[in-house]
Amino acid sequence: MDFGLSEEQQQLKESARAFLSHECPAAFVRKTMAADDGYPGELYTRIAKLGWSGLVVPEKFGGAGLGMLDMAMILEEGGYAAMPGPFLFSSVLAAGALKLGGSEEINSKWLTALAEGNAIGTVAVVERAASIDPVDIAAVATKDGAGWRLNGAKMFVPYANVADFIVVAAKNDSGEIFLFVVDSKAPGVTTRLLKNLDLTRRVSSVELKGAPAERLGGGTDLFSKLIDVAAVAVAADSLGGTERALEMAVEYSKVREQFGKPIGSFQALKHAAAEIVADLEPARAMLWYAAYAQDIGAADASRTAAMAKARLCDIYSRGTDRAVLMHGGIGFTWEHDMHLWFKRARFNESCFGSPAYHRERVATLGAY
Amino acid sequence: MDLQFTSEEEAFRLKVRSWFAENMPTSGLSADSEGRDDKTWIAKAKVWQRRLYEAGYVALAWPKEYGGQALDPVRQSIVNDEMVRAKMPYLVGALGLMMLGPTLISWGSEEQKQRYLPKILTGEEIWCQGYSEPGAGSDLAALKTRAEIVGDEFVVNGQKVWTSGAQYADMMFCLVRTDPEAPKHRGISYMLIDMHTPGITVRPLVQMTGDRGFNEVFFDNVRVPRKNLVAKLNEGWIVANATLFHERNMLGSASGSEQRFNRLLALAKSIKRGGRPLTGDPVFRQRLVELEIRVEAMRFHALRQLTDQIRGKNPGVEAMINKLVGTELNHDLATAAMEAMGDYSMLARDDEAVLDHGYWPYEWMFSLGLVIGGGTSHIQKNIIAERGLKMPKSR
Repeated sequence: MDFGLSEEQQQLKESARAFLSHECPAAFVRKTMAADDGYPGELYTRIAKLGWSGLVVPEKFGGAGLGMLDMAMILEEGGYAAMPGPFLFSSVLAAGALKLGGSEEINSKWLTALAEGNAIGTVAVVERAASIDPVDIAAVATKDGAGWRLNGAKMFVPYANVADFIVVAAKNDSGEIFLFVVDSKAPGVTTRLLKNLDLTRRVSSVELKGAPAERLGGGTDLFSKLIDVAAVAVAADSLGGTERALEMAVEYSKVREQFGKPIGSFQALKHAAAEIVADLEPARAMLWYAAYAQDIGAADASRTAAMAKARLCDIYSRGTDRAVLMHGGIGFTWEHDMHLWFKRARFNESCFGSPAYHRERVATLGAY
Repeated sequence: MDLQFTSEEEAFRLKVRSWFAENMPTSGLSADSEGRDDKTWIAKAKVWQRRLYEAGYVALAWPKEYGGQALDPVRQSIVNDEMVRAKMPYLVGALGLMMLGPTLISWGSEEQKQRYLPKILTGEEIWCQGYSEPGAGSDLAALKTRAEIVGDEFVVNGQKVWTSGAQYADMMFCLVRTDPEAPKHRGISYMLIDMHTPGITVRPLVQMTGDRGFNEVFFDNVRVPRKNLVAKLNEGWIVANATLFHERNMLGSASGSEQRFNRLLALAKSIKRGGRPLTGDPVFRQRLVELEIRVEAMRFHALRQLTDQIRGKNPGVEAMINKLVGTELNHDLATAAMEAMGDYSMLARDDEAVLDHGYWPYEWMFSLGLVIGGGTSHIQKNIIAERGLKMPKSR
């Protein structure tokens, strides 16, 4: 019985912290926020060299062949740094979908390029209904010779503006959901960059009009597996982000003085900070398990992924809310960095299913 | 990460499980504190602890020379899980086993360990905790009970309060002031007092549950041998904190929460309102899942701490939250059950129309007591902020 990180996982986390604090400080994040495409290309070249891009990609396609718990170390640190760009959507979600359902041919093309840092992938699930529930997915796939054609309108697609390929959820004639790979430069694919509230992220609408596509294997199961991986990934980002917000608020409370004392000596602030810790630490253990459950294909993998997503997104939103409040007026300014995490918490909360949606999944899976 | 138990550990678990299935007392030892003033209850409870000890299921990790088995923390956690699973009644010697024992193992003299530890295990001597006083609750270090040295003895005068089990305890681990001139944390000593000594008066207090679970204890020129001092004179505060650490982990234990959640879920499924079970009510359903998620998180949190213990890592901020989170979670579970019962929550536990055998009204109240005892949630948050996050002290 060993419920903890391995030495390698701890080292991975520490090296990610060191790398990002040097290469991706808040000033760098802000520079990327101001750029139109929101994509820090040079940082991503270095990330690929570190082996992060292909961390979960099988070795035969040029990756490191590691698992979700290993990846959670980097995602947590990415959340801590508010790392901008498509990493989570490309190297975790698109890579995960191809790993599970891609043919030899698809993977040799896209997965290898992704692991090398030469291609960016993303996933398009949500439509106008702003929901990951299969009922709310209307995009249609029709057979066309050996391939498929997609028609539909996807919304809130992360980094479709810079992606080379898109993994799209669409229904066949019988209404079953499958995942398809679409070259983003193919005819019939039109993307429009939306204006984001959280500028550490970019989302687009993607119009599909007879876009040529290849179907991934794995059947209808693959869609729910993708949702599980996404839930764990967003939860890991949220864990790191909450840690950062807490740290900033606590450090500020030690130096900011009012009534002749550091404000951190007042119980109102102590209790606010302690409540974040009390939420965060058990949720950290839960995230570890949820990631591990993905790796071993545990019977409760979906249930614990949904739990981690619901819990950590709630904690991130509540935690950043309080962290802004602990800063007082300065926390409300554009100049202070606090709002980067405050807004990212909101993004994460809705991204790939709200906490309420995931709680309903837990209830259904648990036969309430 | 590897959550598999070894085949020896699995075999051990099955052995423990079947022992509990065959040996669990069926009557006279209810899980709540009802009937604890009754002398026959105490006698039965002591016999039960002795049997448990003889079977090898009490304090497995203690050193062999004091009656333990020096087993690893995994075995202890397996036994703890199985105790909860079997719905084992309250262990009468719990305070000695979970709080004083580990403290003495770290801080006691060799003579004290030899003298007290074996009788804690067998249940021969039952302990109570003499910490809080009328003027020293959250501000525990303000305690005034005085111990003066006269020859080979201390003479103790003062009063303790909220002393659980004092009505049947044989011994008390107690904080006393031995230097009234020193700053408050530096004039406190930790001593072991025989509850049968002349000059001790125990007066029961009735809890909001209606039970007589805790007491006031008065000391009037009570003579305590000097050898009953634990650690050095005036250095009791650090020992007291060691005991508090054990107490908080005991109170915040995750193991009971899972059982309570399952009981709550079964209750919610059994209640039909508006033509559907309460689990079909979208609002209550969400609330149930929120509770289940918190319960599951605490289960994983406990596994993480168990692993840290096996790896020999010192506990950090993650251990400071156990009491706060565990006790509040248990109270929230009970509160949800009371709300689920609707008008039935008006009933006292012994009304014949009461739901779920009257478990929840008592649990709802008692669980709030545990949010207070061992340091209120407010105090726990101060500790997390000051010791865990290094935020500046306000006092």
